[in-house]
Amino acid sequence: MTALFADRHARIWAGVLVFSALCVALSGGLPWLKSYPDSLVLPVTPILNDIMTWFVGLFGWAFRDISFVLAMPIEGVRQLLQWLPWPFTMGVCVIVAHAAAGWRLAAFTGAAMLYMAAMGYWVESMNTLALVAISVPLSVLVGFGFGVWAFVSRRAERIIMPALDLMQTVPTFAYLLPILLLFGFGAVVGLIASLLFAFPPMVRNTVLGLQRVSPEVVESGTMSGATGAQLFWQIRVPSAKRQIMLGVNQTTMAALSMVIVASIIGGTGDIGWAVLSTMRKAVFGESLLAGIVIAFIAMAMDRITWAFATGESNPHAAERPFMRRHAHLLLAAALFLAVLVLAQVEPALATWPRDWTINPAKPINDAITWVVVNLKTQIELIKRGAFFYLMLPLRVGLEQSVRPMTWGFTFTGAHAIGYAVLALAGAAWMLLRGKGPRPALAVLGIALLFFVGMANFPWPALVAVFVTLAWSTGGTRLAIGTLAGLAFLLLTGIWTYAVLSIYLCGIAVLISFTLGTTLGIWAAHDKRVSAFLRPINDTLQTMPLFVILIPIIMIFKLGDFTAVLAIVAYATVPAIRYAESALRSLPETVIEAGTAMGCTRWQLLWQVKLPIALPEMMLGLNQTIMYGISMLVITALVGTTELGQRVYVGLSDGDFGVGIVAGIGMAIIAMSADRMTQSWSASRRKQLGLV
Amino acid sequence: MAVTAEGTPPDGGKIKISCRNVWKVYGDNPQAMFGDDAAATDPAGLARRLREAGHIVAACDVSFDVRAGEIFVIMGLSGSGKSTMVRCLSRLVEPTAGEILLDGRDLLTVPDKDLIDIRRHKMGMVFQNFGLLPHLNVLDNVAFPLKLQGVPLAERRARAQRVIDLVELGGREAAFPGELSGGQQQRVGIARSLAVEPELWFLDEPFSALDPLIRRQMQDEFLKLQQMLHKSIVFITHDFLEALRIADRMAIMREGAIVQIGSPAELVLHPADSYVAEFTSEVPRSRVLRAADVLDPAARPGADAPRIDGRARLQEVYPLLARHTDGIAVTGEGGKLLGAVTATSVIRGLAAGDTAAKPAA
Repeated sequence: MTALFADRHARIWAGVLVFSALCVALSGGLPWLKSYPDSLVLPVTPILNDIMTWFVGLFGWAFRDISFVLAMPIEGVRQLLQWLPWPFTMGVCVIVAHAAAGWRLAAFTGAAMLYMAAMGYWVESMNTLALVAISVPLSVLVGFGFGVWAFVSRRAERIIMPALDLMQTVPTFAYLLPILLLFGFGAVVGLIASLLFAFPPMVRNTVLGLQRVSPEVVESGTMSGATGAQLFWQIRVPSAKRQIMLGVNQTTMAALSMVIVASIIGGTGDIGWAVLSTMRKAVFGESLLAGIVIAFIAMAMDRITWAFATGESNPHAAERPFMRRHAHLLLAAALFLAVLVLAQVEPALATWPRDWTINPAKPINDAITWVVVNLKTQIELIKRGAFFYLMLPLRVGLEQSVRPMTWGFTFTGAHAIGYAVLALAGAAWMLLRGKGPRPALAVLGIALLFFVGMANFPWPALVAVFVTLAWSTGGTRLAIGTLAGLAFLLLTGIWTYAVLSIYLCGIAVLISFTLGTTLGIWAAHDKRVSAFLRPINDTLQTMPLFVILIPIIMIFKLGDFTAVLAIVAYATVPAIRYAESALRSLPETVIEAGTAMGCTRWQLLWQVKLPIALPEMMLGLNQTIMYGISMLVITALVGTTELGQRVYVGLSDGDFGVGIVAGIGMAIIAMSADRMTQSWSASRRKQLGLV
Repeated sequence: MAVTAEGTPPDGGKIKISCRNVWKVYGDNPQAMFGDDAAATDPAGLARRLREAGHIVAACDVSFDVRAGEIFVIMGLSGSGKSTMVRCLSRLVEPTAGEILLDGRDLLTVPDKDLIDIRRHKMGMVFQNFGLLPHLNVLDNVAFPLKLQGVPLAERRARAQRVIDLVELGGREAAFPGELSGGQQQRVGIARSLAVEPELWFLDEPFSALDPLIRRQMQDEFLKLQQMLHKSIVFITHDFLEALRIADRMAIMREGAIVQIGSPAELVLHPADSYVAEFTSEVPRSRVLRAADVLDPAARPGADAPRIDGRARLQEVYPLLARHTDGIAVTGEGGKLLGAVTATSVIRGLAAGDTAAKPAA
């Protein structure tokens, strides 16, 4: 008890716990404690809708004109790509891959494109590429422009940077609707959306690159008498080239993933639509085949731009003879002429013949059906086990989830008393271990959460918990910010959805972080594990989000459990990466000192390595949360009932207010979680003297 | 000769830990080249062949004994293999070939479990960059090795407190390593290495990361501690003067091999080759030589002549000698009279040292 009073944080948490318990106890008699009263919801959604209607009515014509103008180049490129004979397009891509990173990548690119053609997705793939081909240069240009502006003017930087934060945390679907309302249907929506989503990384990398140019290099330029423009184009930009090219890489990947997501509104006939429409028809063989096309495009683009960004350019290139210097270009030109001529003779070279197409979708569908039918019991066991014993109690509490149907008995008062005794005993045991009052408080808090459930937890108590969490990680300012965010969630009436989002994402993040950290620790100690995991991580990270969904829906069908699995599949990657890198970059002497003192392997891991690596691992948790939230929106496709679903509903109903409010709600959750984990990690690193 | 007598440590020279023909070779498969008896018959040739095959030879046929209660210093420049050697002694680095005998038992054949036990109870180590755990405060850092052994909380805190007081850090128990100066951090490191009351004490360049003034002060305190504790010490340094100040005996390493082993005076007076001589040539003799090194055994000082211990440095002898020109009586173990230091004997000693220090290289 005395320890409780010595520890200020523990004291406040104890207060929050008592307050929560009190709210729970009272909520039976006071219904407004359980669910936020509707009468206190501000009519934000209709007001936003009115504003939008007014805005579209007033300026709609301007946007439609822009749309008309932008549609032309898209249509042009699209028709060009469709007209070009496939051997030429394929050849050019292979040549580019070779120029970027040599034969292995060229072979991969060639194989990937052959797959597209052979599976009969050539046309769809070209439509996607057309959109990407316009959106990437545009995003790069816009991003570079803003980047330079932010670099030159501190005032501009102060506005641009937080705006970027917001743009990247608001879920992608939320963008689509206002764009749809303003620009009308069609490929232009995909272009604008991917432009908005893809230019921020370019801005960031441009600013970072320019700021990192060593002052001595700039000074040497000034001393040589460079003018302002010369200084910029001939000194700063070349010095920052590597970072800027990394920006191009990230922008390309973002543009591609948004083009795919944008296909959700359809009408563009691209590869994303091929995945989505087949998924809706539940013909998963086809959607898997099309999904693999997306994965291949993503991997090839990533490797190619990455190689261009990081590859050493040969300083002696200019001294080589003309033919060698321009070998790739000349080869492409020769290929063009050859294919053009040959295509006149052999039509199979102009368009991929129908009977060359193979379609293994049927065997895949059969195999899936076989798995689902024959492993039904096991699949159900996993699904029900996770759902009944973990997800449902956390969602609605033990009282409502423990039913004869689920657990085999009814939850009675006696059970409740037994549960309370167990929780108290756990807390007492924690206290006796002499680690201070915090673990005991954590045990009680978790016990209360499972008893009541996220969805039934009184909202004033949840607000208190989140604000205190913000305060103890990031201080008063973060607490105020979080409070403001939560107020938005309450006042706009999306609190219930938000809590469900936190619940779903929370479970998935917990699993991802535990799993990922374990794998990361293993990989840090075993080179073979590391080598095995790396390509899997790379692939999962470059894969556009909803491709990941396909195999999981195939087996587990729709529902919350599928959503959790999909998030875990995606969000585990950063946890693995950060854990491995944190453990690998520990100071050598500390480990040596531990060994010399006679640590066993486990003691070394638990008492030396993990405590020191924890702050960096927490950055992994931060990334896990961010990945989880971005996947959450995509999982709305499998029928979850949270904010992501609201965004999706807003989009499909054309209800701007609903979609944008839910979108901002998700951004609030994302940003609060981001700031909390960041500031915890930062203060902990400072404390450990690791900065 | 007087110097050998002086090289003998207090408790008669029982050997605590001993290195026998230890090799450490980094590379793809160095073991393959140890098949024949080349390691025994022609170590230099083997080292050359290993290097030609692209291996890195960090320790090459190293042998030395550390006697109980003595301070054995291994001195060498960076890359000479001295840090590798001290790590071989605790198997932080696994030797490629050779034997490490701790109290006569070969450490290299000891199973992992026993090795951990030996590290826990018999060895303490101090690191150049301290190696403190940043997430624990001073008290818990020092108590950490005891925690590993499973010593109960109250007892380990009490024992940790004792060593913290010993290194004069009392009052800073609650501070975290990041809040301490370099010198204070190393005191924590020293306290931690002493907490388990080890018999063997390894110090790997313990003072190299500290400012010169602090370094000097820490050396003095280290010597004072050793006078109380009588540990068997292996002390690594790249600083020749530090080695001279601290060592009972010292080894000089170069390119993984030991060039010379002896007491500081032996090294200064009789450097084995020009490499050692380069270190010794600039060393003021008065800081290395002791009264016993320059005494005249035949001289019989007067009854009123002051007496001085044979281990006193010449720089302490000078002022006395200036006042007592007849000479000073020098005593050895148990107060036995060894002879006398006179102005002539000092000059003779210094001259001998100088000619010896400049071999015909």
